Amino acid sequence: MPSSVMTTSRSGDGRQPSAAVSTVGLRKSYGDKTVLDGIDLHIPTGTVFALLGPNGAGKTTAVQILSTLISADGGQAQVAGHDLATSPDGVRAAIGVTGQFSAVDGLITGEENMLLMADLHHLPKREGRRVAAELLERFDLTDAAKKPASTYSGGMKRRLDIAMTLVGNPRIIFLDEPTTGLDPRARHNMWGIIRELVSDGVTVFLTTQYLDEADELADRIAVLNDGRIAAEGSAEELKRLIPGGHIRLRFTDPDVYRSAALSLREAHRDDEALALQIPSDGSQRELRSILDWLDSVGIEADELTVHTPDLDDVFFALTGGAGVPTQPNQPKEEAR
Amino acid sequence: MSSLSLAVRDSSTMLRRNLLHARRYPSMTLNLLLTPVVLLLLFVYIFGDVMSAGISGGGADRSAYIAYLVPGILMLTIGGTTIGSAVSVSMDMTEGIIARFRTMAIHRGSVLIGHVVGSVLQCVMSVVLVGAVAVAIGFRSTDATALEWILAVGLLALVSLALTWIAVGMGLSSPNAEAASNNAMPLMVLPLLSSAFVPVHAMPGWFQPIAEYQPFTPAIETLRGLLLGTEIGNNGWLAVVWCVALAVLGYTWSRSLFNNTGKH
Repeated sequence: MPSSVMTTSRSGDGRQPSAAVSTVGLRKSYGDKTVLDGIDLHIPTGTVFALLGPNGAGKTTAVQILSTLISADGGQAQVAGHDLATSPDGVRAAIGVTGQFSAVDGLITGEENMLLMADLHHLPKREGRRVAAELLERFDLTDAAKKPASTYSGGMKRRLDIAMTLVGNPRIIFLDEPTTGLDPRARHNMWGIIRELVSDGVTVFLTTQYLDEADELADRIAVLNDGRIAAEGSAEELKRLIPGGHIRLRFTDPDVYRSAALSLREAHRDDEALALQIPSDGSQRELRSILDWLDSVGIEADELTVHTPDLDDVFFALTGGAGVPTQPNQPKEEAR
Repeated sequence: MSSLSLAVRDSSTMLRRNLLHARRYPSMTLNLLLTPVVLLLLFVYIFGDVMSAGISGGGADRSAYIAYLVPGILMLTIGGTTIGSAVSVSMDMTEGIIARFRTMAIHRGSVLIGHVVGSVLQCVMSVVLVGAVAVAIGFRSTDATALEWILAVGLLALVSLALTWIAVGMGLSSPNAEAASNNAMPLMVLPLLSSAFVPVHAMPGWFQPIAEYQPFTPAIETLRGLLLGTEIGNNGWLAVVWCVALAVLGYTWSRSLFNNTGKH
């Protein structure tokens, strides 16, 4: 239909009007330390966006700017269609923020925290009570509702925190390292919660230093390093940036290793470990053809491992962390 | 919603939150009440005979000293209660929930207004409690008219408001609760150095200016005048000017501290 073509072409030639968050050249520095050095983001409505980076990369600063807590030194940013600089209250009305440190009032009970939020969102008394009870139920906090929030465990506090964030039905939710400091079970619970939010049509902006978390949750991932976006794309796109997939053959007998290396000329040699690496995408078909070929030339390795590139490779390659493999061809088996 | 009704609504929500804190954790409020009550009993029953000899030329008895002492003790009660406000503001600012409030579309000043109104209410309650102790040990007002009573209550509320705004500023500028408690100490010490316990003219000459030119002395003298019919003179408008000036100073100071937190 012509009309759909029209809209497609219109949205293709610039910033989509439906962007939940868009920034151009966002900058922030403290003294002479530049924290954000020109950040461009475009996050479509209803998607999960992960800002991934090591500690001190500027993730929290980005969230603080986009959630109106602090102001940027330069650049432009729009959140939910409102300009951060000129209409901070418009932004505030559309967002919910769960920061890195729990934003609950520890002196009052979980239920009182929820009712406080309902009052601040100007919900009528009855509706406030209903919303509070529903969210407490949804986040499995009904039993603890009458206890002071200071007595909650880390996971419970984080759940209360998110429940409070949801009281105003925000369209965009910022989650700053939502699983940092949580045990594995609480972490998986949190992932479930975040997935549920997205299925409700909410846009989620999440920061994390865990690659598996970004891989697991996000539609798009931006790797933030030294105040700049080092790469942006889907997890798959990012993985494709790093040609790290290979099959690794390890030998115990140096003589066998040498003869294998001679017949496998295209393989990358690791003489110290007596290992050969054959580039491969790790698919079943390619694996079988390699195995067949190894059989036909009579090479028998003592150990064979398939290594597919994961976000770790991408992350380390992009952020150039010290002491970690940055060579794509270097083996790295363990996945945390 | 208009900005005024938004301000009123959000501030009263914040006030409810602070009153909930005070009700849930009354120990600090009660501790701060202890000081004025102990001082009252100490000065009346232990030092009373000596102290009463020092006022009105030596002819006074203990009940005259109670009458002299109570207005000062009431002002000291306010000073002590506002120390608690400084501590609770500074503790509150370290809570993550303040950052949450900043990201919500609520009235910007409501957090502080909630603290201030809550603190003034606590001051009034403390004054009533200490006043009840004073009445129990024999304090009586002499022929105060209804208007004078109203003015006395108004004066106490005004002093509470002024000291609270200063205390809120002290709380905001302190990195932690201990520092806030130390920084707010002058609110309790100043009344000790005023005409609360002995008349200024009975103090050593070099010290008299310190007692004379500080906010508590005119406020105490005005309250004495209203409740006991003593001479008020210049002290009435001096007290009001002090209070308004302190309130405006504390308000401006607190507001800029609160708005600048986190912004660089």
